[in-house]
Amino acid sequence: MTASPQTAAPPAKQAQFDHRWTPWAFVAPQLLIVAIFFYWPSVQAVTSSFYLEDPFGFGASFVGLDNYREALGSAEYRQIAGFTAFFAATVTALALGLGLLLAVKADAVLRGAGAYKTALISVYAIAPPVVGLIGMMMFDMHIGPFTRAAALIGWDLKVGIDYWDTAIALITVAVWKQIPYNFIFFLSGLQAVPAAVREAARIDATSRWRQFRDVTLPLLAPTAFFLLVINITYALFDTFGIIDVMVKDKPANNPITLVYKVYLDGFKGNDIGGSSAQSVILMVVVATLTLAQFRLIERRVHYG
Amino acid sequence: MFRTASLVTVLTALGATTALAQTDITWWHGMGGRNGEVINEVAQKFNEAQTACHLTPLSKGTYEEALAAGIAAFRSGEQPDILQVFDAGAATIIAAKGATIPAEDLITGAGKPFDRNAFIPGVRSFYADASGKFIGMPFNSSAPIMYVNTAALAKAGVSAPKTWEEFEAIAPKLKAAGYIPLTASQLTWQFVENFKSRNNQQFATNGNGYDATEGTEIIVNDANTVMMFDKLKAWADAGYFGFYGAGWADNQKPFEEGKAALWIGSSGSFGGLAKTATAPFSADFLPYWQSLGAGKQSFIGGAALFAMAGKPAENTACTAEFFSFLTQPEVQKFYHQATGYVPITTAAYELAKSEGWYESHPVAEVGIKQLMLPAGDWTRGYRMGFFPQIRTIEEREFNRIFSGEVTPKEALATVQTEANALLAKFAKTAN
Repeated sequence: MTASPQTAAPPAKQAQFDHRWTPWAFVAPQLLIVAIFFYWPSVQAVTSSFYLEDPFGFGASFVGLDNYREALGSAEYRQIAGFTAFFAATVTALALGLGLLLAVKADAVLRGAGAYKTALISVYAIAPPVVGLIGMMMFDMHIGPFTRAAALIGWDLKVGIDYWDTAIALITVAVWKQIPYNFIFFLSGLQAVPAAVREAARIDATSRWRQFRDVTLPLLAPTAFFLLVINITYALFDTFGIIDVMVKDKPANNPITLVYKVYLDGFKGNDIGGSSAQSVILMVVVATLTLAQFRLIERRVHYG
Repeated sequence: MFRTASLVTVLTALGATTALAQTDITWWHGMGGRNGEVINEVAQKFNEAQTACHLTPLSKGTYEEALAAGIAAFRSGEQPDILQVFDAGAATIIAAKGATIPAEDLITGAGKPFDRNAFIPGVRSFYADASGKFIGMPFNSSAPIMYVNTAALAKAGVSAPKTWEEFEAIAPKLKAAGYIPLTASQLTWQFVENFKSRNNQQFATNGNGYDATEGTEIIVNDANTVMMFDKLKAWADAGYFGFYGAGWADNQKPFEEGKAALWIGSSGSFGGLAKTATAPFSADFLPYWQSLGAGKQSFIGGAALFAMAGKPAENTACTAEFFSFLTQPEVQKFYHQATGYVPITTAAYELAKSEGWYESHPVAEVGIKQLMLPAGDWTRGYRMGFFPQIRTIEEREFNRIFSGEVTPKEALATVQTEANALLAKFAKTAN
């Protein structure tokens, strides 16, 4: 007797649960975390941004859009916003460019490739404040080797006093910290390019540059797009630790980013309403930016 | 090592609690390094001195972080019993009337004696309300003083300046002798706040902010303050004043290395400086302008302890016990000698003096002597909200002065405008 199963095979990729609530039970912890650590604070920030409140929470008065008006109307805030945009663009461009360059070169290395890659990747393991500390020592105005090296070419590098000197130091350190991350992704992206495609490219293309531009780069596009989003987020938010350490907790006239300004006004200045309004502005900017990236750039990315 | 040590402390604390049913109180502070260790030693002395209460100090990072942590904890009902708040944060916590129990009420309410006049004049009003009642309990107190590289002055054949006029006269000689004549570590504290006190200049309307929060405006764009910064800029341009940014240590370093002849630091700096300075040093008062007066006492710097409201009665009683303990001359003397902060009661000062402490440590006496100089109309202190932010604005503008982006007049005008906007905002939140 041939017993063939009468029930139809369940369609692939569709899990079966005994109860309709079981899947919710599985995702609940994750949703709870997102709700507690993202939605709840976000709602709080939006609410606080419309109030003027004493730090200890004895009373809050509704002030409408005053906090927003004050932030956007302040010349200092606009200047910090300008620097943040410049900083994010520069750090992203340099970190992506150098990461890609090193990955292409590492991909071509045959002997000692392991040591080379390890040396590049290991920097990624260093925590941002430690990176800041290293940067602070390298650019120290009394004993920093970079300061001394700059003096050799007649450049009086004054990190901590001169606005643009500090900007250069911050960008250098922030880029240095991010290169390994980009390097890892680009390298694995390059290694995923099939050997047959590479060989075909080598036959067809006239120069190595053409091979790279016409064949390798389009195949790397999904990786590059992912890294673009990550790097902008990094430059906007994760560089906080580096900035805090390098300006030594006293920003004075040194360049800072919008996130640092939120911290400065909220935590050091006890201005809850103003700092909440600034974080809402930042949330809107980042959401818009991410949306724009997906709408405009991702459409051109070809996922193999 | 550290972890093991703290684990042992915690276990001992827990053991002690269960064995004796003590009341546990907590103390959040913003001190690190050696000063943080001394706080633990003070707590230990208190715990050994009596059995009813057990005090546990906890470092919350810097002064600003301690205040922010205390505020956040208060909002969620988890406040410590005692919170250390620094000079610039005084207005914030004093304005929040329901957040603290005035130190004086706390001590007298517990039936313990409290005498305002036992405190040295310079600390009496800084953390007090307009009527003179102590809201905060002065704790670590310091004054900005001038450290002197004695070898440098000998080489240049000059003596330490008492006034800025004298400094102008000797600066070229110090420079010619190969030194940076002057550096200073915190311009906001030393050349704004204590320029006001030493020269008896009004710092804010409403009686330096004591009389009312509403309508208080800062006064920094006046002819005299602008003159002070014009001079500093001119000295910097002439090579008489070295400016190394807003960081404290960067400006202290040239003095430690023996490159600077004079450094304006804190009276609390000498303990550390004794270890790091490469040249022998002495200290003197922060100079004043002879053209403006005879040189008054300076504002107290440092921090005070505040008893947080909303704690059980037995905790509050323990806090009163601890505050009372802190006023004992022996305790004050210990803290003064272990840290370099000034003793805050006359009795403690006399005790240290009678034991010959200042004969072996003359620098340790400079700060307290400066705080005991004659008072003026404008030397009791200032009361301005959002003051940490005001200092941040000052730091930004002062860097711009020395990088040549703005003139001192422009910088101080900006500070005045932005600070007044913050003060107006603070007045709104305080109501």
